[in-house]
Amino acid sequence: MKKGLISIATALVLAAGVSACGGSSGSTSAESLSGSIRVDGSSTVFPFAQAAAESFNQDQANVKIAVGESGTGGGFAKFCAGETDISGASREIKPEEAAVCEKNGITYQSVQVANDGIAIAANPALGVDCLTTAQLKQIWNKGSSINSLSQIDPKLSTTKLSLFGPGTDSGTFDFFTEKINGEKGATREKYAASEDDNTLVTGVQGDKGGFGYFGYSYAAAAGDKITIVGVDNGKGCIKPSVATVQDGSYAPLSRPLFMYVSEKAISRPEVKAFLAKTTDGSVSIAGSAKLVPMTDAQLAAAKTQLATAEKNAK
Amino acid sequence: MTGAQIAANALEGIRHGERKRLAAQLFNGFMYGAIGLAFLALVALIGQTAVKGLPGLSLQFFTNFPSRINPSTSGAQSAIVGTVYLTLLTAVFVIPVGIATALYLEEYADKTRWWNRLIEVNIQNLAAVPSVVYGILGLAFIVRGPLGIGPVLLAGGLTLGLLVLPVVIIVARESIRAVPPSIRDGALALGATKWQTVSRQVLPSARAGIVTGVILSLSRAIGETAPLLVIGAASSPRFNPSGLNDAFTALPIQIFTWTQDPNPQFVDQAATASIVLLLILLGMNGIAIVLRNRYEQRW
Repeated sequence: MKKGLISIATALVLAAGVSACGGSSGSTSAESLSGSIRVDGSSTVFPFAQAAAESFNQDQANVKIAVGESGTGGGFAKFCAGETDISGASREIKPEEAAVCEKNGITYQSVQVANDGIAIAANPALGVDCLTTAQLKQIWNKGSSINSLSQIDPKLSTTKLSLFGPGTDSGTFDFFTEKINGEKGATREKYAASEDDNTLVTGVQGDKGGFGYFGYSYAAAAGDKITIVGVDNGKGCIKPSVATVQDGSYAPLSRPLFMYVSEKAISRPEVKAFLAKTTDGSVSIAGSAKLVPMTDAQLAAAKTQLATAEKNAK
Repeated sequence: MTGAQIAANALEGIRHGERKRLAAQLFNGFMYGAIGLAFLALVALIGQTAVKGLPGLSLQFFTNFPSRINPSTSGAQSAIVGTVYLTLLTAVFVIPVGIATALYLEEYADKTRWWNRLIEVNIQNLAAVPSVVYGILGLAFIVRGPLGIGPVLLAGGLTLGLLVLPVVIIVARESIRAVPPSIRDGALALGATKWQTVSRQVLPSARAGIVTGVILSLSRAIGETAPLLVIGAASSPRFNPSGLNDAFTALPIQIFTWTQDPNPQFVDQAATASIVLLLILLGMNGIAIVLRNRYEQRW
């Protein structure tokens, strides 16, 4: 009970702080809202949406936010059928999905909420610093039998590779295979797969032939126990960092993450307040969700998009 | 028959018997081996779950909601409450419909009629349909389509109800069939009507089997993940459903969501939630055993 009071007090103080600094687009933390919001979509956006819902509930406890993770495509199917209010997406809506929305009279606005990057990580003993996307494809593509980096470049180490990567359920897996191997889901079979990014980090740092890919924040957190390998996409070698993921120059393994909101939903005060609070707090929410936050410019653009959606709301 | 022949026959008999005994022992050994293997797997599984999950089993786990911002304060309140509500809803739906159907088929239906035989065969088949198919049915007819009530608690309860209904009907029929005809004949001979016979003699005599069957079916419903995922249960909501029309989750969904998570803290909490689910199941099966012992009739 005491703990509860303390956390409520903290939340109030925080909320006061936020509204004091922000004071922007419709901060409605004063009035008590109720109702329910349905969020679904990308499994990469899922932790973000969850953390956003939790932080929103700290000062608006009566709004029920149900978050699902049907994947970007599954999320849009529900969103365009009018079953959800907000859909998380790790890519933009496809024309055929948009057509369904249009048929059902769902108008929407996309709002960027965070950035996602995939890091290529190697054990420091491998001594590899940079690889081209073509070389990565050689290693990871379907049917690949590459056992050591020297097979793709004679100058590189002959140590036998042990490969680590996410399992097929992961959004990271879909993203990587699509961008590097050219086809979503196409992958070599022989590698140690885990949905747990920390297992992958441990694997890469524990084996002197350790090599793998996983979410950027996990690689960054591992420090110098692993080497983050730069990726050359034809424009020279670029290493992932908060900055290169944010501006997309770490190509092709970085991407913006979106929330699509229907204009019908945003006319409801609880949805409007939720999105306003989520964009305002997106930096810390992205931290909780282990994603790369937006830049100030991206944040400003997101707020403009929200304002447009609110203006169009019916 | 000479003495030698008798001796030879006897020896043959002994040898035959020995061979039989050896085969029996081998088979026995094989059976114990099979049980041992199954048991070992079970112990390993429960052991591993306990090692990972027991440290997290505290009051906080029951009183808190899942937390992304502060994973160590996570609990499974919404999932536990959701599971309890779902079980009650499923029971409310399945008990009257299941028992009424079983009574009709056993006591009233004319088995020479084709439609009654059709119903029987269908119920047998439905009991063997994979649960995910019921999820699709629920999605198409309850969540969307004719009923169109959305992915809410009521939809979950109805879907799980449909899932276990065939099993409940089959179990109830077995128990009703086990009541000896002499009981019915006696009641009818004393001037009772058909309904009086069924409601005052047959049903009370069959209740041990029916109650056990219903509880075991509900235990099956509690452990189901696939149909609830298909109809769109929420993942880790931070509220309890406050009505039939609210979003919901259940323990298996919570476990599934947590095991998928990259954060190992959540994976450990999945183990804790598995322990809670196991305890609920053990409790329900325990109640089933007690009720069966209490009401069982011997003829």
